[in-house]
Amino acid sequence: MPRLTADARHRVRFELNGRSVEADAEPRMLLTDFLRHDLGMTGTHVGCEHGVCGACTIQIDGVPARACLTLAVQADGAKIRTVEGLAPTSGRLSVLQESFRRHHALQCGFCTAGILMSLDYYLQRHPGPTEAELREYLGGHLCRCTGYAPILAAALDAAGKLRETAADA
Amino acid sequence: MKPGRFDYVRAGTLAEAHGALSEGGDDARIIAGGQSLVPMLSMRVARPTVLIDIMHLAELAKIEVKENAIRVGAGVRQATLLAWSELANRQPLLAAALPWVGHAQTRSRGTVCGSIAHADPSAEIPLTLLALKGIVELSSQRNRRRVMAEEFFTGLMSTARKDDELIEAVEIPCRAAGVGYAFREFARRHGDFAIVACAAVARKGAVRLAIGGVTDCPIARDFPDIEGDALDDALDRFASDLEAHDDLHATADYRRGLVRRLGQVTVEEARRCRA
Repeated sequence: MPRLTADARHRVRFELNGRSVEADAEPRMLLTDFLRHDLGMTGTHVGCEHGVCGACTIQIDGVPARACLTLAVQADGAKIRTVEGLAPTSGRLSVLQESFRRHHALQCGFCTAGILMSLDYYLQRHPGPTEAELREYLGGHLCRCTGYAPILAAALDAAGKLRETAADA
Repeated sequence: MKPGRFDYVRAGTLAEAHGALSEGGDDARIIAGGQSLVPMLSMRVARPTVLIDIMHLAELAKIEVKENAIRVGAGVRQATLLAWSELANRQPLLAAALPWVGHAQTRSRGTVCGSIAHADPSAEIPLTLLALKGIVELSSQRNRRRVMAEEFFTGLMSTARKDDELIEAVEIPCRAAGVGYAFREFARRHGDFAIVACAAVARKGAVRLAIGGVTDCPIARDFPDIEGDALDDALDRFASDLEAHDDLHATADYRRGLVRRLGQVTVEEARRCRA
């Protein structure tokens, strides 16, 4: 039974956006800080740090989760996806990201990474969401700039575009 | 807001988890999904010196139907139970309450038993367990015991669990023929903590109403099968008896008012579902 002691740093390894990564963490280190400070992946933002605001939402083993409510050591061996893993290639945006740009679904951008990671999952699972379903789902995120209307518009538009792409394929 | 220092133990067997818990005493805490515990650690409301992770124990990650109850192991995440295809048929009250637990983004990690261990006064899962007269299965290195929900929740975020015990599973009674169930909640935003949550179970000749969000722990009362003014009066007495608190979100009076109105709606809905 592995016991990771409080005052030492321990090797943590996981798959991040399809690539194996590793670094050392104390048991008390939050996954948000591990991603940002030790792995240099600063796309994941830190807001309330107690699970309410949703800014730090990432995908852990394929489902959206709060990075601030996860210890780095708990993530050992997991498959993690962050906002840096959304764009298909460098310099190009995903359908969802492009839709956010078109609809001005962000202003300051602080909440955006988390919302994108939630919606990326949701639109894959629910290709034809209603506005009411999206509103409830977005209840897990706080945005203080947009008033949410452009975010909803972007999500609905992206859902339509993704359905077209799927039909063409 | 960063947690204080602790050792982290990834238990490989249930015996190892029991051993580490017994050794650590009240300085040790079990971590499962961490959705309630990690904020407590970050705010340093909880300062354990050892965390014991039980999420790698396959034996705890099971949903089983035993006799007339659903047994949910300590490793079962809320999202997993919600996605279980038999849930609505086996226990409609649980199926109605679970979508109100946190947000999809926290249900993905949070466990059913973790919510019960945390025992937040406004949490939906403890409320449902109390309404349905469920049972908490506790185990330690020395002992195993089963505690009725009514005896398990003892006060504000406190339970009958002893320091060396962990919740191994909960047993939630399955739906019974001729019994109706209903769940209602009022919160500022879906997914926020309930200002008042109600769970009602209506059988022939009797109604049980459980209330969350008002008192230090969920509370249930059994009524005869009354309607109209008699029900209003009974709910009025129930609401007046509750030791409600004012807080940032609502006054005690507002909460009592919600118990009367939302309680009535919930009881009536459960009664309609009885057929």
